[in-house]
Amino acid sequence: MPGTPPITVERLVKIYKAIPAVDGISFTLKPGSITGLLGGNGAGKTTTIAMIMGLTTPTSGRVTVLGADMPRERYRVLHRMNFESPYVEVPMRLTVRQNLTVFGKLYGVEDLRGRISELGRQLDLTDLLDRPTGRLSAGQKTRVSLAKALINNPDVLLLDEPTASLDPDTADWVRAHLQSYCRERQATLLLASHNMAEVERLCERVIIMKRGRIEDDDTPAKLLARYGRRTLEEVFLDVARGVASEAAQ
Amino acid sequence: MSRTVSARTESAYAISPQRIGAMMLRYWYLLRSSWPRLLDLVYWPTVQMVTWGFLQYYITSNAGFFARAGGTFIGAVLLWDILFRGQLGFSISFLEEMWSRNIGNLMMSPLRPIEFIAALMVMSVVRLSIGAVPVTFLAIGFFGFNLYGLGLALVAFFFNLMLTSWAIGIFVSGLILRNGMGAENFAWSIMFVFMPLTCVYYPVTTLPAWLQPLAWVLPPTYVFEGMRALLIQKVFRGDLMLDALGLNVVLFAAGVFGFLKLLQSARRHGSLLQSGE
Repeated sequence: MPGTPPITVERLVKIYKAIPAVDGISFTLKPGSITGLLGGNGAGKTTTIAMIMGLTTPTSGRVTVLGADMPRERYRVLHRMNFESPYVEVPMRLTVRQNLTVFGKLYGVEDLRGRISELGRQLDLTDLLDRPTGRLSAGQKTRVSLAKALINNPDVLLLDEPTASLDPDTADWVRAHLQSYCRERQATLLLASHNMAEVERLCERVIIMKRGRIEDDDTPAKLLARYGRRTLEEVFLDVARGVASEAAQ
Repeated sequence: MSRTVSARTESAYAISPQRIGAMMLRYWYLLRSSWPRLLDLVYWPTVQMVTWGFLQYYITSNAGFFARAGGTFIGAVLLWDILFRGQLGFSISFLEEMWSRNIGNLMMSPLRPIEFIAALMVMSVVRLSIGAVPVTFLAIGFFGFNLYGLGLALVAFFFNLMLTSWAIGIFVSGLILRNGMGAENFAWSIMFVFMPLTCVYYPVTTLPAWLQPLAWVLPPTYVFEGMRALLIQKVFRGDLMLDALGLNVVLFAAGVFGFLKLLQSARRHGSLLQSGE
């Protein structure tokens, strides 16, 4: 539907055994935007992403993705989404090509052979396509997970720590690839990360979470200006250590 | 909409043979890549059949009644293996997703739960065939017992036993989804509760009177009674097979309902992303 925001989160709450993991957050993402979700451990980033994907049911509030109410209407849009997370892996005994074939068929990808070759070229996996995934290095496995996440050319891409365990050169290359992918396809990317340099480079908007709530939400430049800091890492530390409100004033 | 993915407007209940095929392909790749997995499929059924076959051979040569009941032990072993290995084949394919931490990828993909279940059902038949078919030929060679000699009755026995094994496998998979790998043991052991109650090796009348009604609630009881009727009295009891089918329909529906409820609960408790212990 034209004009429909790719992701809308309204007063979203998730409570586990009386403890709020996500506590009434709201935000809307624009088409083609790259947004960073920042926060320390237990801030609620992964739970938020799981609710956006429809893997976890909210206690209250509402998530819509490409106009579909999640998780109730998830099958309307799942073929237009994808994700990568350190909490999941692709099967290690299967070769890279076999894994991409299986996921390509699950997502209904047309010209699957061509798409696998294309991803092989783009993510420098061509020589690895017929090797068992389990025998690859950590960085190569991350690239395979990324290939799986891009197999269906998703309109909405959710990434949790996408460059963890990559060497700086490969990580930089992956960031450039994600950036050009989003630009060319007008895809929307929501990225949870602890890597502040990554967020600073990729994201035009940063949502900072703490204890399930949104502590701040702005462009990197405005956040730096507001907190009077030179890097997002310093802003993040201010928020994490509870000096955020003073600093922001 | 993305040009890479074929355009579609699917309802939540639309079933795609392509997605079922994709999951079967995934399990086939896995089996093909691992000879220990293939060997394991044949190993235990063979050991079971040979052990019970020799026991039957010993008993028939020493007892008049059992001499008339030729093949009931081997027949029971082979049919029990259909029930047990059918459920195990279903559950192990499901467990492969948990072991490889792939369940989040599948649950986030367009794969419907019902397609996942259908793929696991087909794979349980494939795994069972790889394991059990060679053993049935060994039974002919070693003990002269031809399971295929049961003819059409075998089809009724097989279908009923598979339905039960799927129903249990589906429910156990739901338990694992909801409770994580702490519930894995159910996959390996749940069927053994059925062994004494479904009267695999003895007639239902052997059970105490108070336990017999419970045995008659379980569909496999009808199959094993039917097998004994066929081998000892040479009578095919179609009535028993219809009763088993009726109970199986209820059990299967309960298994699918339980799975969907447990999946719903897993979504509520956020256990689909963190599927460890």
